Amino acid sequence: MTFSLLLFYLFALVLIGAALAVVSVRNSVHAALFLVLAFFTSAGIWLLLHAEFLAITLVLVYVGAVMVLFLFVVMMLDVKAQPVKHSGQQYLPVAIGVALLMLAEVIALVGVGELDDGGGIQDGAAIAGLSNIEWLGHALFSDYILPFEIAAVILTVAIIAAVALTLRHRPNVRTQSAPAQSAVSASERVRLVNLPSSTAKGQTP
Amino acid sequence: MITLGHSIALSAILFCIGVGGIFINRRNLIILLMSIELILLAVNFNFIAFSSFMGDVAGQIFVFFILTVAAAEAAIGLAILVVLFRNRATLNVEELDDLKG
Repeated sequence: MTFSLLLFYLFALVLIGAALAVVSVRNSVHAALFLVLAFFTSAGIWLLLHAEFLAITLVLVYVGAVMVLFLFVVMMLDVKAQPVKHSGQQYLPVAIGVALLMLAEVIALVGVGELDDGGGIQDGAAIAGLSNIEWLGHALFSDYILPFEIAAVILTVAIIAAVALTLRHRPNVRTQSAPAQSAVSASERVRLVNLPSSTAKGQTP
Repeated sequence: MITLGHSIALSAILFCIGVGGIFINRRNLIILLMSIELILLAVNFNFIAFSSFMGDVAGQIFVFFILTVAAAEAAIGLAILVVLFRNRATLNVEELDDLKG
């Protein structure tokens, strides 16, 4: 047993424990924090599998952005932890049955024990004499440039959709109207009045 | 020495925990979304494992795109959740039965 395999087992144990905690704890904030732990340990395993860039991306994008978004939503929504009688424990046997059955099917189907892994990890980046990020970048910006741009469009659509969904126009609220403010011209604001000057008799102006 | 079998088995376990989580959770839609994130993580594990053991770049590129789409999905899903909570004041899955499904 090498050191990397030992690390793999350690990370896998923490990952499975964290994943079980995510689906079983009652408090949403705790579930989100356990999901953060699961993402961190996954990033560790990805490092062991020589996917360095994606491991960092997982931490930055998922832990840094998506999970913070989850936590914000949990805090904004003020969801009460449900009492035990509503917790739906009658589904627990079904869930365990389905999960175990699916696991057995997958393992039997793939034949995990007999997989020919071609003699261990082949670090394609090291074979090409590049760092992992260079290796990915060369492929991403040459062969996969169209999917890359489509991904950018998808992200833009997601931003617009999220804003459009949650935007709320409240009636009967007195606020400033920025378009109306910036559309005015000087002639609507200042009126020059031509007044005849009047002086008292005998005085010089 | 890590083998391909190790990675695939871990990914299968993670996937099944995610699917089981969807079955268990009848009280909170947010944890349902988190189960979906777990399932996507398991799929990413498979891609990374095969990419790493075959020395092929395509798997890692695909994980990149899955991460992108999953982030977009989480953003839109949470936005729908916020609107839903604003209208119904609950996230309990069993009370969300307007479609009579």
